Amino acid sequence: MRTPCHSLPSLRDALDVGGTLPPGYLIGAEQRTALGDLLQGSAIARGVENLRGRSALIASTDPFLVALALIELDGLARRLTLYPPDLALEHLPYVMGYAEVDAVVSDGSFLSGASIGAAQHAICTPALVPRVHVNQERLPTEWILLTSGTTGRPKMVLHTLSSLAGAIGANESHAEVTWGTFYDIRRYGGLQIYLRAVLTRSSLLLTRPQEPVANFLQRAGEAGVTHISGTPSHWRRALMSPEANRIAPRYIRLSGEIADQAILNSLRSFYPDAEISHAFATTEAGVAFDVRDALSGFPASMLTGTSGVDLKVAGATLRVRSSRTAERYLGENPPALKDPEGFVDTGDVLELRAGRYQFQGRRDGVINVGGLKVHPEEIEAVLNRHPRVRLSLVKTKKNPITGALVIADVLLKDPSTPEGEKARALQQTIKQFCRASLAPHKVPAAISFVPALAISETGKLVRGHG
Amino acid sequence: MSVRSEILDHFKQVAQEQDMRLGPLSDEVPLLDSGLDSLCFAIIVSRLETVLGVDPFSANEDAPFPVNLGEFIRFYENAVP
Repeated sequence: MRTPCHSLPSLRDALDVGGTLPPGYLIGAEQRTALGDLLQGSAIARGVENLRGRSALIASTDPFLVALALIELDGLARRLTLYPPDLALEHLPYVMGYAEVDAVVSDGSFLSGASIGAAQHAICTPALVPRVHVNQERLPTEWILLTSGTTGRPKMVLHTLSSLAGAIGANESHAEVTWGTFYDIRRYGGLQIYLRAVLTRSSLLLTRPQEPVANFLQRAGEAGVTHISGTPSHWRRALMSPEANRIAPRYIRLSGEIADQAILNSLRSFYPDAEISHAFATTEAGVAFDVRDALSGFPASMLTGTSGVDLKVAGATLRVRSSRTAERYLGENPPALKDPEGFVDTGDVLELRAGRYQFQGRRDGVINVGGLKVHPEEIEAVLNRHPRVRLSLVKTKKNPITGALVIADVLLKDPSTPEGEKARALQQTIKQFCRASLAPHKVPAAISFVPALAISETGKLVRGHG
Repeated sequence: MSVRSEILDHFKQVAQEQDMRLGPLSDEVPLLDSGLDSLCFAIIVSRLETVLGVDPFSANEDAPFPVNLGEFIRFYENAVP
């Protein structure tokens, strides 16, 4: 039984225990900072005290500065909202409004002209300045994570340090552990690894946006990374790199997507000395459990035998209740995050086969392309705007590289469906049309022209996932 | 059309569609240095399954991942009946 270490009032208090300096480092693409130096120095040179009690948007481009700013502001700010690097700036006013943001922390380059209204702007830099006297009183900071929503507008999920850190054991502290993660730390999966490193005072190697995998693996090898996490798609990409042998991890963690048997086997064969674990975690449900037997899915016995987490399958989907789940959603007309009994419906459909539950995809049809969630409705809305399209149905196609791809059935307004070269030309035109307003992973990889699409009695498109 | 030329055609086609700059394609080029990203490879593998009728990545759960272009092509040549 692990003792949770989340009773600490703030991240900085976690570093400042036992009278000894924490041994770890935060390692960015260009800089590194000893965790111990953050006890004496501040990454926000001016105005840090003015951030007390504020709702701060963390809007730095470089995740290294995000890592510094979070240590600075947890316990000081009322609320921290993490703006992921791949989220379009058009959502900034919505997020700032509903998170009641009145301060923005950046490296100065993020905002690229975006208006932040009357919010205070503080700059975070890797050059630490001596820490002046600060009020020692700690606030229970709320953490807002953004995850993709049905209409393209992000869902805003409210956590606390306690709920985020609930799966991290106090006795996990190992000076010799160096964490690495392919994730950005502004997403739940990456944030888990960040908190794990800081709360156990170990080192963490951060990836930067768009960093080539070969580069990250080289840096991970040089930093002596021992524990490393990513999605199955991150790992497939890593194994396709000639630099995969640069690292010799003792522990490999997969999360964020369904881990199929092929990737688990490939990792076991490539890194025979590593312990391989795949975790089930979502932004809303938190970390539910880890599977360590190197098999896909999870044994049915985990439903009742997972300490500190209540699990059940209802209506074919996995439900999770624990102290690690988020508290609620923010935003316009936020739906309930939990049912009256406190369970979060993960929406992940399970099937029991030979005593083991296997993940079958999402009840709401959300498609997971390499760890990035895609809502079919968002893409259908774009397709349906094309002048020649009457109706469309976006579906998932299983893929061994990214887990899944987006494909679409399209019903044209003109009843004579084109064939051959004409069909290919129109497919290209429609894809090009989608590219103008959708991220590349959302653009259908294949478009089929169909003579009809089924509509239910309630007037809705009939979807395969029911 | 041979498996090799089918694969090379798809590399070029997907690179063009995704607006990626494809580097010179020799057998020794690491796949991740070809100028294509994971999404491009996912699309290529999906289309090759349609035209060649095989997906060697899914067919063999224990096969090592190909690292360079030559390995990728042989992966398919060995899988096509």
